Amino acid sequence: MKDIRYIFAIKEAMEEEMERDENVFLVGEDVGLAEGSFGASRGLYDKFGPDRVIDTPISELGFTSMAAGAASCGLRPIVEIMFMDFVTCCMDSIVNQIAKMRYMFGNQYSVPIVVRMPEGGGLNAGPQHSQCLEAWFAHVPGLKVVMASTPYDVKGLLKSSIRDDNPVIFIENKTLHAMKGSIPEEDFTIPLGKADIKREGSDVTIVTASRMVHESLKAADALAEEGISLEVIDLMTIQPWDRETVFNSIGKTHRLVTAHEAVKQFGFGAEISAAVTEEILDELDAPIMRVGAPFVPASYSLEKFYVPGADDVKNAVRKTMERSF
Amino acid sequence: MSKPGRKKLIEFYTRMVRIRKTEEKLMEVFSNGEILGFLHVSIGQEAAPVGICAHLSDLDYIATTHRGHGHAIAKGIDLKYAMAELFGKKEGFCMGRSGSMHLADKKHGIMGANGIVGGGIPIATGAAFAARYKKTDQVAVATFGEGATGEGAFHEALNFAAIKKLPIVYVCENNGWAEFSPQSIHMPIKDVISRATAYNMPAVQVSNDVLEIYEAAGKAIDHARAGKGPTLLEVKCDRWHGHYVGDAQKYRGKDAVEKAMGKDCLLNFEVTLLTDKVLQKKDIEKIGAQVQAEIDEAVDFARECSFPDPSEMMDGLYI
Repeated sequence: MKDIRYIFAIKEAMEEEMERDENVFLVGEDVGLAEGSFGASRGLYDKFGPDRVIDTPISELGFTSMAAGAASCGLRPIVEIMFMDFVTCCMDSIVNQIAKMRYMFGNQYSVPIVVRMPEGGGLNAGPQHSQCLEAWFAHVPGLKVVMASTPYDVKGLLKSSIRDDNPVIFIENKTLHAMKGSIPEEDFTIPLGKADIKREGSDVTIVTASRMVHESLKAADALAEEGISLEVIDLMTIQPWDRETVFNSIGKTHRLVTAHEAVKQFGFGAEISAAVTEEILDELDAPIMRVGAPFVPASYSLEKFYVPGADDVKNAVRKTMERSF
Repeated sequence: MSKPGRKKLIEFYTRMVRIRKTEEKLMEVFSNGEILGFLHVSIGQEAAPVGICAHLSDLDYIATTHRGHGHAIAKGIDLKYAMAELFGKKEGFCMGRSGSMHLADKKHGIMGANGIVGGGIPIATGAAFAARYKKTDQVAVATFGEGATGEGAFHEALNFAAIKKLPIVYVCENNGWAEFSPQSIHMPIKDVISRATAYNMPAVQVSNDVLEIYEAAGKAIDHARAGKGPTLLEVKCDRWHGHYVGDAQKYRGKDAVEKAMGKDCLLNFEVTLLTDKVLQKKDIEKIGAQVQAEIDEAVDFARECSFPDPSEMMDGLYI
């Protein structure tokens, strides 16, 4: 095992997959000479050269659709979108083209592409550099949506995403980039579509992902002192999500809180809550509570009040503990 | 570039007839409800696909538009399975999932018509990128109308391809109408080729004449294959019909439509071939009858095919 920062775990995943498969290449703004605006491609330009680490004009639509065309001709592009907010400039590429190409063309073409992007607050960068838009993509049939919360997870999940024959929206979190964690020296992957129970517990199930996993774990530590036991499930793959793990946990705890940094309304917590009420309502002993950002653009000066944290998780847990059917 | 010989000229003519008659047939079966959704025909614009695709092999790529039957036919698509697709049948190239607007045939390098105006331009650019990446001598062609040149996708793709000198030819069939609006409403310039200046890209403008297009496309494709980068080729043509079949074109006026229909690239080519004694009247009739028989056979085949079963709807969403 070795310690590594989240951002360099991303780099290692890309580097190893580029070594393993010559069809894998990286494309995006400032990924080459500048080594990635957050440093995710440090050293890759020197190692693989400009033919495989491709700096582009500032043109998200152009280079994402370009990568889609290349993917349908047998390559395996990794596209870096500098901030998740900028992915809105290439929604045609992702939603109309990439998500539909194989299905719409009757399985003639595959589009094995990974579109990586960091989401979330943490930099006080304001409304256009802080958004969490995973639910948009989870709502589009044909895409997989992955969110990683630790260096170990980000490496294993990114490698699986690159090897996957489906298009994957791979969401990182800016506040996690500097996080250190332990990973094996040898090659490893983490399967897509499987959740990870980050902490076992018996009173309330928290279904979460990305940065909010850590906030939920903090909440779990604090609530343990009050005698409340949280089970923290890191979904890791938002679409398709791991119903079995979530439902089994609720079968044990009978209470559910969902937590994401994205605004609460229409977030992935809403889908999970709806699925739970449709399929295992009788397992619930209390109303479901959802944690998310307020329904307003991310605030520049009020970011620390805007972004949800451990206190919000604790409050939601207390609310569901106070109620019962 | 050598002039096309007799055999090639007859092949060009036959392909143009195949496109024209196929679309005439499509209008008929669309009108009687056998084809669903939207149908966009390219009648009057048959010269460009034929003149361009004459230089392409099955290994070369083309990404086309909602008005893309002509390109698919010129690139060699099998009419029977194309027709089955347009009829929504599961034997079609796309299992009845694409219809006219997203018709694709991987075997012939047809990367799909596209329901999003300009959507195929960067995708074809990606095919050219893949050819360069794999060090093959394949080229890609993106076709689109002048309306698509208002899209960011057009500019982003041309910029990238010019920087990287990718093996691609951008073919703009400028028929003067972007959906329901004339060029004067959406372009401050007369010629699409003016846009190439911004990308330091060679650009050529030709009339709606198959031989002129063939020659210009040949040079552009050779240029691309030789690793010298992209070209923007503009074909000035006319759209005979509305944006889609059923569009009454009230915005256009009867005189303008009649004027457009007075310019017929197929008839002009036919006259040239007759004048040059490449073909005789009886040859023209024979080609017409043969092509019509092919099309009728394709329609019969499509009618016999089956619709996909609703139980198959979820198949292949993920692999």
